[in-house]
Parts: sequence; structure tokens; C-alpha cells
Amino acid sequence: MGRVSRAAWLYIAVVVTAAAASLALVVPMAQPKGVPGTGRWCVEFTVLALLLLICDSVPTPLAARQSAWSPSSSATLAAVVLLGPAGAALVGAASVLSPFRQLLLVERLFNGAMNALSGLAAGMAFVALGGHVGLPLPGHSYFPHNIGPFAVAAVVHVLANHLLVWAVLRLNRPERRVPRKIRVESSLALLLASDLGYAALGLVIAALWQVIGPSAAVLVLVPLFVARWAMGQFAEQQRAYAATMAALCQAVETKDFYTRGHSERVSRGSGMIARHVGMRPERIDAIMVAGMLHDVGKLGVPTKVLQKTGPLTEEEYAAIQLHPMRGLEIVKEIGFLNEARAGIMFHHERLDGRGYPMGFAGHEIPEFARIIAVADAFDSMTSTRSYREARGIDEAVDELRSGAGSQFDPLLVEAFIAALERDGWRLPEPAVSVPADRDTVTAQDHDDPTAPLQVVESL
Amino acid sequence: MIPPRRFRLSRACDGTTMTTRQPAERRPYWQSLDSGRLLLLAAAGMLIVAAFARTAVGIKQPEEALAFGGFIAVGELLRLRLPGDREAAPIAMAGALAYALLMHVNGIGHGWHVVSIPALQVVAVAAVGMTVGALPHIAAGRPAGITGMSTRLVAVACVAFAFRPIAGSPLISGMRTWWAGLLVMTVLLAFGWLVETVISALIRADDLRARLSVALWDELHVQWPLGTAVSASAIIAVFGAEAMGPAELVLFLGPLLVTQVAFRRYAGIRATYLQTVRALSRVTEVGGYVESGHSRRVSNLAVTVGRELGMTEPDLLDLEYAALMHDIGQLSLRDPIPGGATVLVSAADQERIAELGADVIRQAGVLDRVAELVRCQSWPSRGHDPAPPIGSRIIRAANAFDDLVGSSTDRDQVAAALERLRLDTAREYDPGVVDALSVVAEHRLASRL
Repeated sequence: MGRVSRAAWLYIAVVVTAAAASLALVVPMAQPKGVPGTGRWCVEFTVLALLLLICDSVPTPLAARQSAWSPSSSATLAAVVLLGPAGAALVGAASVLSPFRQLLLVERLFNGAMNALSGLAAGMAFVALGGHVGLPLPGHSYFPHNIGPFAVAAVVHVLANHLLVWAVLRLNRPERRVPRKIRVESSLALLLASDLGYAALGLVIAALWQVIGPSAAVLVLVPLFVARWAMGQFAEQQRAYAATMAALCQAVETKDFYTRGHSERVSRGSGMIARHVGMRPERIDAIMVAGMLHDVGKLGVPTKVLQKTGPLTEEEYAAIQLHPMRGLEIVKEIGFLNEARAGIMFHHERLDGRGYPMGFAGHEIPEFARIIAVADAFDSMTSTRSYREARGIDEAVDELRSGAGSQFDPLLVEAFIAALERDGWRLPEPAVSVPADRDTVTAQDHDDPTAPLQVVESL
Repeated sequence: MIPPRRFRLSRACDGTTMTTRQPAERRPYWQSLDSGRLLLLAAAGMLIVAAFARTAVGIKQPEEALAFGGFIAVGELLRLRLPGDREAAPIAMAGALAYALLMHVNGIGHGWHVVSIPALQVVAVAAVGMTVGALPHIAAGRPAGITGMSTRLVAVACVAFAFRPIAGSPLISGMRTWWAGLLVMTVLLAFGWLVETVISALIRADDLRARLSVALWDELHVQWPLGTAVSASAIIAVFGAEAMGPAELVLFLGPLLVTQVAFRRYAGIRATYLQTVRALSRVTEVGGYVESGHSRRVSNLAVTVGRELGMTEPDLLDLEYAALMHDIGQLSLRDPIPGGATVLVSAADQERIAELGADVIRQAGVLDRVAELVRCQSWPSRGHDPAPPIGSRIIRAANAFDDLVGSSTDRDQVAAALERLRLDTAREYDPGVVDALSVVAEHRLASRL
């Protein structure tokens, strides 16, 4: 969780107190069958608590949120069926002891309280709807009369869990304006679905317990671990992918000393705008890729044209105008990029139709391209060029505003300025002086709206 | 160290004779390729015929058959593509194996009862379930995946034939001796998994012209996580049915789907990664540093040669990345080398380009082995200390070959290029790699005819 705000402290204190109070209240009043202390109860409790701790031991970090996910809901829900509400609350509370080392004490306390409360809520829902707690009587089955109560209990558990976590995440970021309408992110939907899927496993554990006893928990761990292995591999590959892409883009930039880091900053800027206008997470990922790759086509422009001082001939200007097409040529085979491709292709179009390569105007220009155009121009202006010093952020913002409507989409310019105020902008390292052995510098920058390329009038 | 070669062309086989000679040693091998797949299909077909003949007499315990058949169909519908373009249907497999291993069921109507289905009924139910699940794939114009289905069916049949006769014995199906049943099931599931893996490896070795031992190792390596999950899921489903009846399958589908999504995302990002590196390797072509299509051709050639030399899949992936990016160092040159052929520039320049390229790749922080391959590609293959790794030697030869031949398919040009490489095997190129390269080149020419 990192730093904890005062409101979050208060909230955590309330949740922990509520959990402690309800545990104190509920455990002595547990149903006769589930009285803590009897032999079988102890075995069931210990095994399920261990299962929960093992599930918690290597959680999958969730990038967008300051939280992590683990399939521990299956253990709590098995406890709901086998031990009842009090047992489920106790098993949930065991996550205080999570072996995951990076947790702070306050996080442990909160996790324990949260799991205890959601376990308790699920257990009460299960019992209230007539679910049978404990192993079934001989000759009876968990199915079908337990399935309805169990399904409700699973939903209650997952919702309670997510609500409690969502509240602490929201309270912990007072500086960040959360949009009034809660957007249901698709990753959240996936998360809820995964939680429900693993919650279903709770009833399976309880049923297996009837046949093979506590070994049920061990058996169930196998697929859980394989799933986690796959998720870990996914995360690892994703990191490797991002790193490789960044390295390759840097290689493209080595051609020009002054544009170092440009792709990465445009990627970041485009991401900021996209986040501010409320794009879905996959689209944000896609636009960041597009921002990263928007200038790869520049490689197709001969170095001598990029480095030419003085006005360009029409052929040279045409070569520069072709670079978005060249970029498209390179990325067209990357299957998932779809929308990002349009962003790369049209990032030099202008709202008034005087851009290139197609001369599209207004909303003919894809949204991705309009976003990248803003971030691209801004980074160009705030970077040092051989023909001028870097401009300040305020000056660049004024330039963006004056270009809004003619060159840039005014809404996106405002979104970018708002995002700048919120998140700030890391300026490129001021280019000290160009190393002597470096003769690769641009004399003019095609991205710079304040210094348009000079073209010789040939006719 | 070069691994021993499977096909050793004699050194006397020079360019001119080679172009006219047919790959004599290969012919029985190529014939066995198709017959391997045919044999599998025939075995599956015979199983199905026998199964239907037996089941036509009367299907036993139809509720379970219907439940498991439906589960298998759903699983087949939700096929999965694993890294390396492998197809799997883990949910269908778990369902079919569970049906083969069923001992008791707590049916809704009939209460707790012993399952006494013959092995051939298991095969019939699995076959019908798979076919139904495959129909939407066919309707959507995707490949039917008959090879994969046959493989799975044969594996399930092996488990069923081994287990069904002993399913009723009190030793393994008694309530108190569940652990004996668990043990037997574990052993049989491992056996079934091994059957599936070996068949897949055989087919794959044929398709990719890979060495069987290597293909088997790769297959075991890729399949074990999913195989473990499938086996554990099958056991859970067996005991679950004992407690809850076949309706537990609905409940169990949830966690299986989550696992499947995790695998799908993993396979997806791997594919995207490779696609992106492939695409971005073209920056050198667009920049005019190398001839169009060069990186792609070198990487295809290098991977085929690496496979010929018995490299394993993880090594081949590194090799593919390294070959795709082997010219990336040229981006740091002010002006493209005329013609882009690195084979024609001085050794010192080649080394500098390789070092620059390796620096770029090392920046990523996750591709250090790839960077090493790129760095060492400029070293002469023999007499250099330290000796370059096999991957670098392959890239060096493949790069030189492509610089000389390009996209041409002219026999004489290919032969002349091979001849030139062979003349340089005293120092520049690895003779083993050049031999493998000529086998590959020859095969390509032959298959193009």
C-alpha cells in the first residue's frame, strides 16, 4: 500500500475493530456442530487455514491497483461449508499470518480483518439460506440443496472482499481525483470472474473432504499452483516484452542524439491523456505501444535528410512525409496492434486537414493519432534541439493551446494539460553538449510545431 | 561442441553433384512421416468403430455418460494454443480421464452407486464429446484438429483399458482404501499423459524435421505444467462425483476455466512478443541497412539449421531472436553499408557492428543470452578463443549464406554459396553447421519442385 493516508488509517481501524468485535461475538455462539476446540474442528480449521496461507504466499501483483490477488477465496468458502460462519471468519483472520514477507503490519491487519469479515458475511448468508454446515449426513449429498446457498455465499464473499479493498484504495489516494462514475474495468471483471471461479472450488473441497479427508486440500492445491505458475509466466513475459520493445526503440533513436528517449516520453504522455479521457486499460496499453513505435518509420528517411540544415527540397520533404507510412509497414504484422496502427499512421495529421500523409481533417483522424500528436509535439518542444534550447513546460503548454483547433484536438489538449497538472512531467535530461564524435544530430525537427520544416519552392 | 548429426552428407558431396542428387537417405524418413500420422488416425478410427459397436448394444448409466460427454464437448470447444503452436484441450482431457477413472457416483436419482461401464463406452463417450465440441471450430472455418483429437482419444483409451477392468475391485474402490485408488489413478494418469506426449512428440518431430529425442524433451518440458493440472483435475473430478454426483462438473468448470484463461494469456503474450520482435527486426530493412527480407530469411534458416543440429526449443527461441536482430548494430552506423552485406566488410567492422547490436539487446535486461549470441556472431567459428557458442556459429553461416544467395532459389547460386562456405570451414565457418546448412538448403530446393 505504500504510504497510508489519514482517512485510510481511520478506515482500517474501523474495519479491524469491526472484525475483532464480530469474531468475539460470533465464535462463542457458533453452532453446536462447529464448536471450536473439538478434534475434527481443529483438523479442519488447521488444514483450511494452511490452505489459505499457502494460497496467499505468492500473490499475483495487480499492476494498476496497489493490491495483489490470490486464490484464497476457495479456502474461506470451503470453511463456510465445513465450519460455518464463525469458522470461516477465523480462517479468514488467519491471513494476518501471511508468509508473504513484503507486507507491512497494517496491511496484514487489514487483510486479516477484511477476510474475516467477508468470510463471516458469506457464512451468514449460507446459513440464512438453509445451507448445511459440516460434512453431509451419511447417504446425503451436498447437491443439490446446498448449491443455491453456496452460490449466494460465494457472491457475497467476493463482493464484500472487493468492496472493502476498493474503499481502502480509494481513501488512500486523496490527491487523485477518482472519476465520479466508477468505471468497471475489464481487468476488474476478469478478477471478479476468477474469484468466483475459485470460490466454486470451495464447495468442491468440502465435497472431496467427505471422501478423502484433509488430503482434499492438498489435491486442490495442484491446479491452483499450476494456474499461478501460468500467471507468473504471463507477468514475466509481459515485463520482458515491454523491456525488449523499449530497447529496440532506443536502438532506432541512436540514429539521432537529440531525440533520445523521445519514444518513451511520447508513450508516457499518450498514456496520460488516454487515462485522463477514461479509456479502457487495454486501449491504454495499446496507445502506449503506439506512442513507443510512432516514429520507427523515421529510419526509412535518409540520415542526410534528417540532418540537413537549411530548407529541404520537395523530394526530401516527401521522404519525411512518408515516415508514418514506413512505420506502418514495419508494425503491420504485429497482430494485436489494430488501433495502434492507425495511431502510428496518422500521427502527423492536423485537425485543419493540412497534415500528412493523407490530409485527413477533424474526426476523420483516429483518436489514437490525435492523442499521439499532442504528446509528440509537446515532447519535441520541451526537448533541446540543435537549433534551439528546450522550451519550458508553460511555454509548450501555451503553444499547444494556440494550436488547439487548428493542429490539435482542443479536448485532448485540455486533457493533457489537466493530466500534466496531476501527474507532472519528467523533462528529458538537458542535453549537455553533443559529444564531439557524434555527428548524428538533426538540424530541424519534423515534430516541432513552432519551427515548421522549410521547403524550397521549386516552381 | 557440436552435437552428433543425424544425417551426415559426405564431404565429397560438392555443389555440382549435390544439385542433381536426390536426398536418398531421407526418403524412408519422409514416408514414415505421413505413415506416423496415418497410423494414429487409423488407431483412433478403429477404437471408435469398436467403441460404437460395443455401445450400440446398450449404453450403461446414461446420466453420467451424458454429463461427462457434455463436459468433454465444452472442453473441446475451449481449446488452447500453447507456446510453439501446440494445441491442447485441457478441460476435455480432464473430463475424459475422469470418466475413464470413475468408481462411484452419488447420483441424484439413484443415490450412491458403483460405476460399471466398459472401457469401450468411455472411448465412445469421449469420441462423441470431442466431435461435438469440434463442430463449432469447423463451422467457424478453423482447423478441425483431428490429429490432436486422435492423440487425446488414444491416450484416454489407454487409461480406460487399464483401469476399467479393475475399477470394481474392493482394494482400490473401497471407502476406507481411497488412498490405494488415488495411487493407482496417479500412476495411470501419468501413463496416459506420457502416451499423449510421446505421440505428440512423434508427430511434431515429423512435421518439423526435428530429432525425436529432442522433440520428446521439448514436449515433456512444455506439457508438464498443464499435464499436472489436468491429472489433478481428473482426480478431483472423480472424487467430486463420488460426493456430489456428475453435477459437480458444473461447479468444477469454474476453477478450470480460470486456469485455462491464465494459460491462454501466457501463450498470447509469448506470441505477441515473437511477432513484435519479428516486425521490429525489419527496421534495418526499412532503414536501407540490409536487403529486404534478410533478417527473416536468416532467422528461418538459422532455426531450421539449429533444429537439424538437435537444439532444444528454448535454445531455438533464443537463436530465432538473435538471428532476427543480428544486424541491429548497423543502426548505429551513420550510413548503411552499400548492399548491406556484412559478409563483405572487414572483420573489425563486423565485430564492431556485432558489439553495438549486443549492447542494444542487452539494454532490454531480459535477453542477455540473445545478446551474447549476437556479440559472438562476428567471431570466426574455429580457432577463436573463447570459442563462439553454437548459436552464433549458425547465425554466422546463415547470414553469409543469405548475403550470397538472397531470396534467389537458383540451384547453381545456392550450390556456389555452399561451396564458398565449405571452402572457408578451416576457419570462418563451422563444418558441422555448413553440413547441416547444405542438408537444409537441399531439402528446401527439393520441396520447392
